[in-house]
Amino acid sequence: MRDALEGSQAIARAVGMCRPGVVAAYPITPQTHIVENISKLVADGALHCELVSVESEFSAASVVLGAAAAGSRAYTASSSQGILLMAEVVYDIAGMRLPVVMTCANRAVSAPINIWNDHQDSMAVRDSGWIQIHCTDNQQAVDTTIQAFRIAQDLDLPVMVCVDGFVLTHTLETLDMPDQETVDRYLPEPAFARRLDSANPLSMGTLVGPDYFTEIRHVQHRASCRALDVIAAADRDWQALTGRASGGLLTVDGDPDAKIGVLAMGSVVSTFREAMETLPGGKKAKLINLRTFRPFPAQALIDACAGLRHLVVVDRSLSPGLGGILATEVKAALADGPKMPKIHAVALGLGGRDVPMEAWTRLVALAKDAPEPFHILDLDPAKLDPADL
Amino acid sequence: MIEVRIHGRGGQGNVVAAYLLATAAFETGRNCQAFPSFGAERRGAPVTAFVRIADRPIGRRCQVAEPAFLVVQDAGLLAIPATIDGLKPKGGIVVNSPRASAEIEGETGHPVLALPASQLAADILGKPVPNVALLSAFLAITGLLPAESLVGALKRRFKGDILARNIKLVETVTAMVPAASWGGMAHA
Repeated sequence: MRDALEGSQAIARAVGMCRPGVVAAYPITPQTHIVENISKLVADGALHCELVSVESEFSAASVVLGAAAAGSRAYTASSSQGILLMAEVVYDIAGMRLPVVMTCANRAVSAPINIWNDHQDSMAVRDSGWIQIHCTDNQQAVDTTIQAFRIAQDLDLPVMVCVDGFVLTHTLETLDMPDQETVDRYLPEPAFARRLDSANPLSMGTLVGPDYFTEIRHVQHRASCRALDVIAAADRDWQALTGRASGGLLTVDGDPDAKIGVLAMGSVVSTFREAMETLPGGKKAKLINLRTFRPFPAQALIDACAGLRHLVVVDRSLSPGLGGILATEVKAALADGPKMPKIHAVALGLGGRDVPMEAWTRLVALAKDAPEPFHILDLDPAKLDPADL
Repeated sequence: MIEVRIHGRGGQGNVVAAYLLATAAFETGRNCQAFPSFGAERRGAPVTAFVRIADRPIGRRCQVAEPAFLVVQDAGLLAIPATIDGLKPKGGIVVNSPRASAEIEGETGHPVLALPASQLAADILGKPVPNVALLSAFLAITGLLPAESLVGALKRRFKGDILARNIKLVETVTAMVPAASWGGMAHA
């Protein structure tokens, strides 16, 4: 049903319709409204689940780990420092192959303290083994949250739904909320392949020595790679039910013959899409929205970049001493393709700096120049000590 | 697309105002978007919120740099240049002030509708929260959306006596303001 909802409220309702057995979370800006709204659903009797108030994110992750291990559909949400405090358990959840779903309300990481949006937090746990899917708008946040429970259960892997903090979580906008019947048709009953069951005893997270550790890591990698097909299928099936696709692994918009491409993740894609359509000269480049960051859809990316001479890769995070994390990965993936475009690596919108429509024009213009080393597009040199220029 | 910026101080219901305005647009079948520009939230600090209303889907998620209208909940904020920054040359300002509109027009160089919104709210709601009075005035003078759409938005958020008082406030303010006298300005 068409509605106007704040992103966090819409996500909370979507989680509720997935009928989680256990929700555990600790509040952190900008994630807080999601869990507040889930609490309201529980208090109002609209959602029957075990809602566990914990004393830290470490415990939140531990509770959903235990819940999923016991066979419950389990959900948590966090941001920034909260994700980092969870990090040890985040790895455990993936290593134990538990189908937990988490919303990461993407936010910068300290220091200095910054509560606003970029992608540093989810990037900090990109190697944990969680699937990471980014959303461009709140419709996708709703639809991807529902898809995430199915993907997680299909693969025995946890899924992190990355939703830009404030820009999406605190934006009220028009969207189409699915009804309970549709979600019930889409999601299987929670029945996990790996769960603690006294009739069929098994151990999880045990000590594994050099004799088997390598094989377990291999199996985890293979499962994550298999997620590419499962993510694409989950989106196709959702589209068949609702008429709405969320972008599968990635989407390409604009002139298919364009020689310039701009690749980005998350809510800036929504701004860039409007800029591409409406700004003078906007259609010179095509726009690649990398929805799925983990597993990394290398082949789909190579196909999407066919014919491109230049690809501008937009990072919303950075690895000091390396540069753009996304750009580095894109470059590595395209190196296996037939003809690699020139990669222009830039970051923008760090720590909540506004990304205006005109950023699109500047990004497209970068392709006219020879690639520079990684740089930050919206850096203001006037604010710097000359020694740091 | 119509872009509106709301300026106020923490505690004046700025984000609620933005959400109410967007929801009122939704009530008429339009697409809407509303979001705050949060600082470290605290009472009294300047807060900005943004609203977009359009007949087509809204893609852009940047802050509103060039609004067609401002809704200003604390007239003192007009003294800060950032408040009026980017307002379209003929863009109108609806401001919470007991002063005459013409005086503030002279100071800002923009069309102004001044409304003693805190006083009206204190009288009718029992609390000097200016947001609903200002929105009612904004909708009435622009003719952008019918007052009923704001009532619809209020019904989604409030119940009982609080809702009844808010509806009375909408009706009172709507009757005070010259209807649609800023009619063509939304597309200026």
